[in-house]
Amino acid sequence: MKIINTDVLVIGGGLAGLRTAIGAKRRGHQVIVLSLVPPKRSHSAAAQGGMQASLGNAKMSEGDNEDVHFADTIKGSDWGADQNVARMFVNSAPKAIRELAAWGVPWDRVRKGTHTSIINTEKVEIKESDEAHGYITARDFGGTKKWRTCYTSDGTGHTMLFAMSNQAIAEGADIHERKEAVRLIHDNGRCHGAIVRDLITGELTAYVSRATCIATGGYGRMYKVSTNAIINEGIGHGIALETGVAALANMEAIQFHPTAIVPVGILTTEGCRGDGGVLRDVDGYRFMPDYEPEKKDLASRDVVSRRMTEHIRKGKGVPSPYGDHLWLDITILGKAHIEKSLREVRDICLNFLGIDPVKEFIPVRPTQHYSMGGIRTKHTGESITLTGLFSCGEAACWDLHGFNRLGGNSVSEAAVAGMLVGEYISEFVEDPLNRKGILTDKLEDFCDKSAGIIANLLLNDGGEDAYEIRNELENIMMEKVGIFRNGDDLKAAVDELEKLLLRSRKITVKNKSHASNPELVMTYRVQKMIKLALCVAKGACDRTESRGAHAREDFPERNDKEWLKRTITTWPDENQTLPTVTYEDLDIMSMEMPPGFRGYGKDNRIPHEDSEKRQDEVDAIREKLEAEGADRFTIQEALLKYDLPERYQGKNERLTERF
Amino acid sequence: MSTTTKERELSISVLKFDPYNKESKPHMETFKIEETLGMTLFIALNQIRENFDTSLQYDFVCRAGICGSCGMLINGRPGLACKTLTKSLDPVITLAPLPGFELIGDLSVNTGKWMHGMSEQLETWIHEAQDQEELDSRRLEKPEDPDVMDEVFELDRCIECGCCVSACGTYRMNEQFVGAVGMNKIARYMLDPKDARSDEDMFELVGGEDGIFGCMSLMGCDDTCPKELPLQSKIAYLRRKMVALR
Repeated sequence: MKIINTDVLVIGGGLAGLRTAIGAKRRGHQVIVLSLVPPKRSHSAAAQGGMQASLGNAKMSEGDNEDVHFADTIKGSDWGADQNVARMFVNSAPKAIRELAAWGVPWDRVRKGTHTSIINTEKVEIKESDEAHGYITARDFGGTKKWRTCYTSDGTGHTMLFAMSNQAIAEGADIHERKEAVRLIHDNGRCHGAIVRDLITGELTAYVSRATCIATGGYGRMYKVSTNAIINEGIGHGIALETGVAALANMEAIQFHPTAIVPVGILTTEGCRGDGGVLRDVDGYRFMPDYEPEKKDLASRDVVSRRMTEHIRKGKGVPSPYGDHLWLDITILGKAHIEKSLREVRDICLNFLGIDPVKEFIPVRPTQHYSMGGIRTKHTGESITLTGLFSCGEAACWDLHGFNRLGGNSVSEAAVAGMLVGEYISEFVEDPLNRKGILTDKLEDFCDKSAGIIANLLLNDGGEDAYEIRNELENIMMEKVGIFRNGDDLKAAVDELEKLLLRSRKITVKNKSHASNPELVMTYRVQKMIKLALCVAKGACDRTESRGAHAREDFPERNDKEWLKRTITTWPDENQTLPTVTYEDLDIMSMEMPPGFRGYGKDNRIPHEDSEKRQDEVDAIREKLEAEGADRFTIQEALLKYDLPERYQGKNERLTERF
Repeated sequence: MSTTTKERELSISVLKFDPYNKESKPHMETFKIEETLGMTLFIALNQIRENFDTSLQYDFVCRAGICGSCGMLINGRPGLACKTLTKSLDPVITLAPLPGFELIGDLSVNTGKWMHGMSEQLETWIHEAQDQEELDSRRLEKPEDPDVMDEVFELDRCIECGCCVSACGTYRMNEQFVGAVGMNKIARYMLDPKDARSDEDMFELVGGEDGIFGCMSLMGCDDTCPKELPLQSKIAYLRRKMVALR
């Protein structure tokens, strides 16, 4: 087998992976990026509505800062997030967006003077200051106190990915397209790169690296209907899990976006509601204010998705050949606004539904959208258990999002995490202690074994069909591990998936080509996907509480007393048919913001005794420092200390906080 | 949403060829499938692969018309397969790979490689001024004219699908031609105040027969661009600018 050596191997060419590569390259390291597809086709491009960064330039963003962004993110996560990571993130997001502006993202800018917006279905006049003219503007998104989501029309992910990708080309990043990492090379708790299959020729190559970073996005495609690109099959998670050493976290935390079109599941951005659109039922009635009087249509995504499902269950859905749906009404925004700021949405409606959202309602339904869970890492992006393996972006669970991600925090996380992990991974490869490579005979064993696995798949004659197995997987997840969950369905899902896993080992690949062979690809991928699905279903089945996007009908309370912890799944023995599940406690006593009421529906919590204790501590520290005249930075530091790479430390300048 | 369910039988002919297999010869294969409500070519091709030909190669990623992966000839015309509804076509459909790009197999072509080469050749990234200090991302971003940013966004919408290149008569005769995609990029960076390159610098990149003066103005690009970019007016704009420098 051919061997390629590099300092840093990045698996995944989306926003997070490319930014990591640029960072490591700038520190003088040799970097190779592997991508299933040309990087500009990555799923980052599909992000529409925007990127959260607390710049506070626009009138409706005034007063925004890291503290407000932090509080929104933690509440949004239903207190599942790592607060240290959330602090790193909110402090770095303004830096990441300013860097992207310099690299060419044509962010929408503030225009001085008065403009009209639709807020709560009323026309409202907003006056922007002269001073803010030309600075990056922001729109409203769900679950946020301020207008914080910066955008380029509704093609934000596209412009971000193109700027990032062009910058990577400018800096000479070595990008290997149409390559799939099929196994991680590891030995004695240390990762040494990956065995990589060329998707055109079928050739296997060993990419041996000092540090490896998985940035392959989410695993949404285990669901029949998903807004995800079809490449989001969780293969990065799969190869990490199959090491038996690296761990996955909170895999059951799956986000359902309220407004994907029916039936194909293509996203229409939260920006539709952020800009003033509303949800309506079969009678044309705007129902969200009845359920959530304060945030209405702009409650957090998990909340809106559940309310929509409840409303459909009450018989208020719109019948269609594909099941009941609701309406998204953006007609009230007017043609000019839609053509400027929601043009992708309009194109999607025209192309796939044959309707014009300027005049007609859009049929929508909550649909699988985002994976909060992922490869468990430290705040540096490095796996806790497999040295030299890093992960960032949606693929990772350094745990910014807990059990629910806020809209606009995904591309923002991707850019920020890549920026920070690019530094941490450089520090790792620069450390002389990490120089030791893998022994040649061990590497050869690894190569031979990997080649054998692929060859055996082509020889296997168990009679099972890869596509049939894949369809069954998608159906189980769709029917039994959805928005509302219950013990009976989840137990059934685990049992059925376990049987399916055994069947997936008996797939007959009819097409015997060693080169480009979509059926072979489907076979080795679906075997991994079922393992991941088992992590999701088992994690959901065992978690007997409701938190964020994980909603149990049989356990409706958020149970901080017993469940303020991360689900950790591993697969130590390849003959296992179920993941090994353990837990990692969250320490309330070190939180800046102890668990409280999220503000949706009725307060339905079983509190942890430490929450009140820590809240008293926090209040006392704040009170004391405020009395002493301390500023917000000093108070924050007294409550929680967090780490950042040297390059990205420091305050962020704002119009109201000039340097 | 329309609920008419008059099903048609579709007859989809696909150009099959595996350039990596010496025994493979280019030929058409025809598959018959039943049309379903809201069916796109993405759905149709997946059905064909699952049920009739597991070796069939094609590229889809977003399946929503935004990633540019699935450009192909649909009844002889370049377009994105994912957003083409079968009901918009006659029941007899012919699919072939985009011409002008390296063939990977069947309907899959290496547009990514071509676009990467174009990006390197035309340096499609922001060039900072020589004397510019390294960005301090803690400081306020540079204010920009909102209207200019809107114009840049308009051209930044290109998804590099390759339809304009396949539809280009000039490119058929001159494979060095940068295509509408390349000229649009140059127009985009000329508009962008952050890019320090002068018009003369841009002339060096597209001011010849492989660029703006090679274009025969057949405008196949403008006719087929799935994002409806203003290619015709931008090529005209670029030509006016470049003529002045000649």
